[in-house]
Amino acid sequence: MLKIENLTVKIAGKEVIQDVSLTIEKGETMALLGPNGSGKTSLIMAIMGFSDYSIVKGDIYFNGKRITGMDVDERARMGIGIMFQRPPTITGVRVRQMIELIKKEGFEIEKEAGNLKLKEFLSRDINSGFSGGEIKRSELIQLLASSPQLSLFDEPESGVDLENIALVGKVMDRILKKDDGNMGLIITHTGFIFDYVKPDKGCILVGGRLHCVGDPMAILKTVKKRGYEWCITCEGEKLKGKSRT
Amino acid sequence: MVHNMRRRKVKREEPHLGAVKLNIKSYRSKSKDKPYLEDLKKVNADQKRNMLSAGVDPSQRSRAGTYVQMDHSVVHSRSLFPGLEVMSTTEAIKRYEWVDNYIWKVVSAKADEFTKEALLKPHHGYFLRALPGVKATYPLQACLFISDDNIVQNVHNIIIAEEGADLQVITGCATSSDVRRGLHIGISEFYVKKNAKLTFTMIHNWADEVAVRPRTAAVIEEGGKFLSNYICLKPVKTLQMYPKAELVGKNSLAIYNSVLFAHPGSHLDVGSRVILKAENARAEVVARAISAGGDIIARGHLRGEVAGIKAHLECKGLMVTEKGHIHAIPELEGLVEGVDMSHEAAVGKIAKDEIEYLMSRGLTKGEAQAAIVRGFLDTSIMGLPSSLQKEVDNAIASCEKEVF
Ligand SMILES: Nc1ncnc2c1ncn2[C@@H]1O[C@H](COP(=O)(O)OP(=O)(O)O)[C@@H](O)[C@H]1O
Ligand SMILES: [Mg+2]
Repeated sequence: MLKIENLTVKIAGKEVIQDVSLTIEKGETMALLGPNGSGKTSLIMAIMGFSDYSIVKGDIYFNGKRITGMDVDERARMGIGIMFQRPPTITGVRVRQMIELIKKEGFEIEKEAGNLKLKEFLSRDINSGFSGGEIKRSELIQLLASSPQLSLFDEPESGVDLENIALVGKVMDRILKKDDGNMGLIITHTGFIFDYVKPDKGCILVGGRLHCVGDPMAILKTVKKRGYEWCITCEGEKLKGKSRT
Repeated sequence: MVHNMRRRKVKREEPHLGAVKLNIKSYRSKSKDKPYLEDLKKVNADQKRNMLSAGVDPSQRSRAGTYVQMDHSVVHSRSLFPGLEVMSTTEAIKRYEWVDNYIWKVVSAKADEFTKEALLKPHHGYFLRALPGVKATYPLQACLFISDDNIVQNVHNIIIAEEGADLQVITGCATSSDVRRGLHIGISEFYVKKNAKLTFTMIHNWADEVAVRPRTAAVIEEGGKFLSNYICLKPVKTLQMYPKAELVGKNSLAIYNSVLFAHPGSHLDVGSRVILKAENARAEVVARAISAGGDIIARGHLRGEVAGIKAHLECKGLMVTEKGHIHAIPELEGLVEGVDMSHEAAVGKIAKDEIEYLMSRGLTKGEAQAAIVRGFLDTSIMGLPSSLQKEVDNAIASCEKEVF
């Protein structure tokens, strides 16, 4: 279980997450929607523990353990994994080498690379000269190899062409279903990914504040129809009824 | 504390630009003769280990021939491949009159006190030559070894790839484990004839108090290719070299790849220079320098003298500890319109976002730093034989162990 309590996060002196509380139960997947710059990436970077994202207030618990302040690698070893929106290039470190270092037993590199159309990328430097879609698939194979209990997906479908969305979605679904009790947090703009991965609940982040925890499909539909602004003013009263907070 | 601050300040204002002064007379110019070894496997275990780590394999597996010099004695010299010649430069001078045309021709004897020393008191050096059209499957290996403490070793090396030949050379310089102090002066003159290719890899494994002064130049004729790799990962007191390649024939190519690691107390002043003198000549100079507390001056110089040349210079420096000093000095010089030269230089520390990216996959901070440093010092482009690649990887791993 992931439990975030009254979290306030600062980056470069600016509060980008304000007083956010949310819970992802064992086996649950949550969709996180929100306009550009609303703090979605900051929230999952704070969950993963990146040092630029300083926690001003609040706490993060994973499986009952307080992880606020823990090092990134410790959180990773506890079972939290991330698919980055904009990962750095690691010159001289090949994708294959990385997978070899992090893979769980039984992971078949060649087969999975073939499946994700990444065969010729195995010998390339991580993210070096990768297109948007290639970055997503390279991120995904790393996540698949390390098989985390909680996966944080940051805009998994942005930059991915239509024919590859199914591929990305199916692998995400496999990651989430790999072991009983796996959890997910999916940041998305479009909801295209919901054809392949069914979130159990959704929420909206606007201006660093969380709104409207509820039925993900209903939230998506309302956002599409009325925009985020309407969602905040309405505060999702109708949707809120269906959710547990 | 105050003392420390002052030292740092002085250091910042006056980078270690000047060459470290050496007193040649403080080294012994005589050493006991070492016996010639018909069977190279008879070198002692310590010497064998040190040779191996410098890429020179006494078993000669996958090698086309070997030259080994210990202090001032030639202890082995033999070609195993028809069309390749391996001998000491002294022997070559005796055997071929024409060798005069290759000695002190691209390196000037008058250049500095070290070239003068090598001229006046020569201690052999290797002569390696591939006859016209000969393409060797395996590399020749040469080892310049210092086994006596406190001596000066002056070698003069000549390498010739005759027309159409393809020659690979691995040279390792090393010391016995009990050697602390010494001076190595190495004059090297390379000749890459028309359409020939020379791949030259030099590994330096010196000791804490050893001073090293190579003086090297190459001439590359039409269609010739000169690929030079240099690896220095072990401590050395002071190393100063600025090898030069002159591309005199059209369509010629020179590539320099250097990998440097400066331990605390090491002073490395290393550069590569290419003079592009003919149409469509191309050059690439790449240096990767890591300071773990030592000083590195990473130089590079491209000089385009005719139109239609193309060259690139790249120098990346990485500071992995609080102390240390990297000074990158790239220089580009165009003499006519129509030259195309560029450079890229960067000095910094390991990027935090890269470390944390790898940590988010479960690597510890140390593992992440080590992976990035290993990637930074990528030697896979050098095309080393696999046994040597392993030695180099081990050397990089032990450097990392010291730091992370
Ligand atoms: N490194 C940074 N330095 C300064 N501001 C940042 C940095 N990263 C993000 N921000 C700011 O934080 C806010 C939230 O960004 P982000 O979490 O990336 O939003 P989202 O993922 O929802 O688009 C934005 O205003 C963004 O400009
Ligand atoms: Mg984002």
